[in-house]
Amino acid sequence: MTISSHNAYGSTIKGLTTSQLEEIGCQIILGNTYHLALRPTSELIDELGGLHKFMNWPRALLTDSGGFQMVSLLHLADITEKGVTFQSPVDGKPMLLTPEESIQIQNRIGADIIMALDDVVKTTITGPRIEEAMYRTLRWIDRCIAAHKRPHDQNLFGIVQGGLDPVLRDICVKGLVDRDLPGYAIGGLAGGEDKDSFWRVVAQCTAALPEDKPRYVMGVGYPLDIVVCSALGADMYDCVYPTRTARFGTALVPEGVLKLKHQAMAHDTRPIDQMCECMVCKNYSRAYIHCLVTKDAMGSQLLSYHNLFYMMKLSRDLHSSIVEGRFPEFVCKFLQKMFPEGDVPQWVCNAMEVAGIDISSCCSPFPSS
Amino acid sequence: MKFCVKAWSKGGGRAGVMQVGGCAIETPALLLTTRKGLPNFIPPDLLSSLPDPDSRLLQFSPLHFSEGISLKTISELGGLHQMLGLKEHVFAAVPRDSIISLPEYQSANKMGASFETPCGRLLIKPAQYMEMISSMKPNMWATLADEVPAWVSEKRNRASVDRTVRWLDECITSNVVTNTGGAVFGSIVGGSKIEERKRCAQEVAKRNVSGFCIGGFGLGESMDERPALLNAITESLPEEKPRQICGLGLPEEVLQGVAAGVDLFDSTYIYHLTLGGFALTFPLDDITKCCSGDQLCDDGTDGTKINLKATVYRKDTSPIKEGCKCYTCQNHTKAYINHLFNVHEMLAQILLEIHNTHHYLGFFHVVRETIKRGTFQEFRQNFVESRRDHIFAVALGA
Repeated sequence: MTISSHNAYGSTIKGLTTSQLEEIGCQIILGNTYHLALRPTSELIDELGGLHKFMNWPRALLTDSGGFQMVSLLHLADITEKGVTFQSPVDGKPMLLTPEESIQIQNRIGADIIMALDDVVKTTITGPRIEEAMYRTLRWIDRCIAAHKRPHDQNLFGIVQGGLDPVLRDICVKGLVDRDLPGYAIGGLAGGEDKDSFWRVVAQCTAALPEDKPRYVMGVGYPLDIVVCSALGADMYDCVYPTRTARFGTALVPEGVLKLKHQAMAHDTRPIDQMCECMVCKNYSRAYIHCLVTKDAMGSQLLSYHNLFYMMKLSRDLHSSIVEGRFPEFVCKFLQKMFPEGDVPQWVCNAMEVAGIDISSCCSPFPSS
Repeated sequence: MKFCVKAWSKGGGRAGVMQVGGCAIETPALLLTTRKGLPNFIPPDLLSSLPDPDSRLLQFSPLHFSEGISLKTISELGGLHQMLGLKEHVFAAVPRDSIISLPEYQSANKMGASFETPCGRLLIKPAQYMEMISSMKPNMWATLADEVPAWVSEKRNRASVDRTVRWLDECITSNVVTNTGGAVFGSIVGGSKIEERKRCAQEVAKRNVSGFCIGGFGLGESMDERPALLNAITESLPEEKPRQICGLGLPEEVLQGVAAGVDLFDSTYIYHLTLGGFALTFPLDDITKCCSGDQLCDDGTDGTKINLKATVYRKDTSPIKEGCKCYTCQNHTKAYINHLFNVHEMLAQILLEIHNTHHYLGFFHVVRETIKRGTFQEFRQNFVESRRDHIFAVALGA
């Protein structure tokens, strides 16, 4: 089962209405706890009946713990055993986000899936900090479980940490699995580590996590990454990439990306993607989108729509190809479109080998160095 | 394009039907403003949620396409309807749009009209303009006009009339005019001088045009001097052809135009309201019994519109307007839209533009109904007075 969730910073997907999201097949939206707690506050959302009601989204919602944004957005965030200490962006006062507080905020927001507060470190960091963070994540999961007031309507996912160290990752997986959680996330990736390390961590985790629970790779990502992680046994993803890249005038296509800002697009009367069935590709030419892009908000709106449709279609195609027993063929076709010269990156080849998917038909016989 | 008047009302208003582009549009009607052919915020797939066929009438300025895409490419795509994926919509081309294509009278000369646009100041000559019309193929188009503000010298004003008539002739005799297929609306200028307005209207009326586009308003003349000018124009025009006007945006101004016998209106009202976070709320049903001065709305508003950015709406789980059938009111609350403004999300403007468009189209519907029933004059008086009363009462209470 593959679900791609989409980031909703301000409880909306950049310029798209809930009806449009429903139409393109979006099943689950991610709400950023950090932003929502600031505005309009989790108390207000709770008072008004929860986030589903607030934004009128009838399908699923997931909230993150708020920890990641704090660490990445705030200069003076610091992590201690108590929690994440930071300076309030509103008035500069020192504040503390504890595991308990994170869960309480998420209980108020009311998403279907909530994330434990983890001690997340960048994979580019080395040293004892990674081990400290992994063990702390395990101690914090118990505090999250204890603080969770709505286990019957909100599913608490634990997050596997441990950097790029297989020993640490293994300890963390076992520790989380012992708690028998509704689902598990693989965290701490999508932060600039090399692709070869990235897929190995995903592979190790998916191999060790229970078969009958969802595996969510946080912050992933590019279509290629999603295909690889799906081959390795992951089920859920979230990423700002489709809408963020749309705002820069870039469309997602089977070949990779199409930069609508390029001068050549001004004369191109073809749709973004000939095979795409979305409203944008059925009605608009590259030339028209080119004249909108970077100048008119409608340009990013249309590109965001197409990019999200593209990702939703990718998820649906992955799902149906698995269910219909033709996943390897799907992967090969996908790679052939993206790498017509056969220059599939080595890390993808390695990952597919471990996943047991034969992609030799898409790789050129003599790989270039 | 076919047009006929169906009803007249005391006080000058007339209700009609315009058959154009496969649609039967009842007039007086609102032309929705667009940017590069699409609404400012509403995505094209949500256009169909607006009242039909009222919302099919779209106005655009050909100057929006001065950069980023060539006329050749537009032609290759098959014209505007194909390029915008709006084959069932009706496009009206007018060079001026009062938002990003503003007449710049000082740089205009006898060769062409000048406009301030995001691409800079552009001088457009009739031949150039006709190339645009020919490649875009709108259903209706206004001829190129030299619109000047109310305060120019008599000499400059006279020149604007002479030029506009000459450019009209150049447009309709240009060798690409047969390619366009659209209905020609002859432009009428003349500033705030009654005699020049009459002269221009009479000259344009002599030409073989399908309708008239009254320009030069909303450029500095006062609301008080407008009725006389409008009447001077419409009295010189044949009854059976439609009259379009630019630059009258507010409801009160639209009512002035309707009273003078104008049929089609553009308006930047919706755009500016939306940008400012305002949502229209004035009552649309039974307006003849509008709230009087003592029935002051207790939220301190003027009863016409509310500002969704105001903190008073933080927890308001009601729709913008009870009973409003628009997508926004059917799906979202004031609290949600308030939040969207606070976090600077574009969805706020999308939802507001939908509601405001729906509401303003509703206003035009009511106007048409009162004309057919013969109660337009009374309706207009009540409408204007009730809005004045509110402002007066608020000022007293302050």
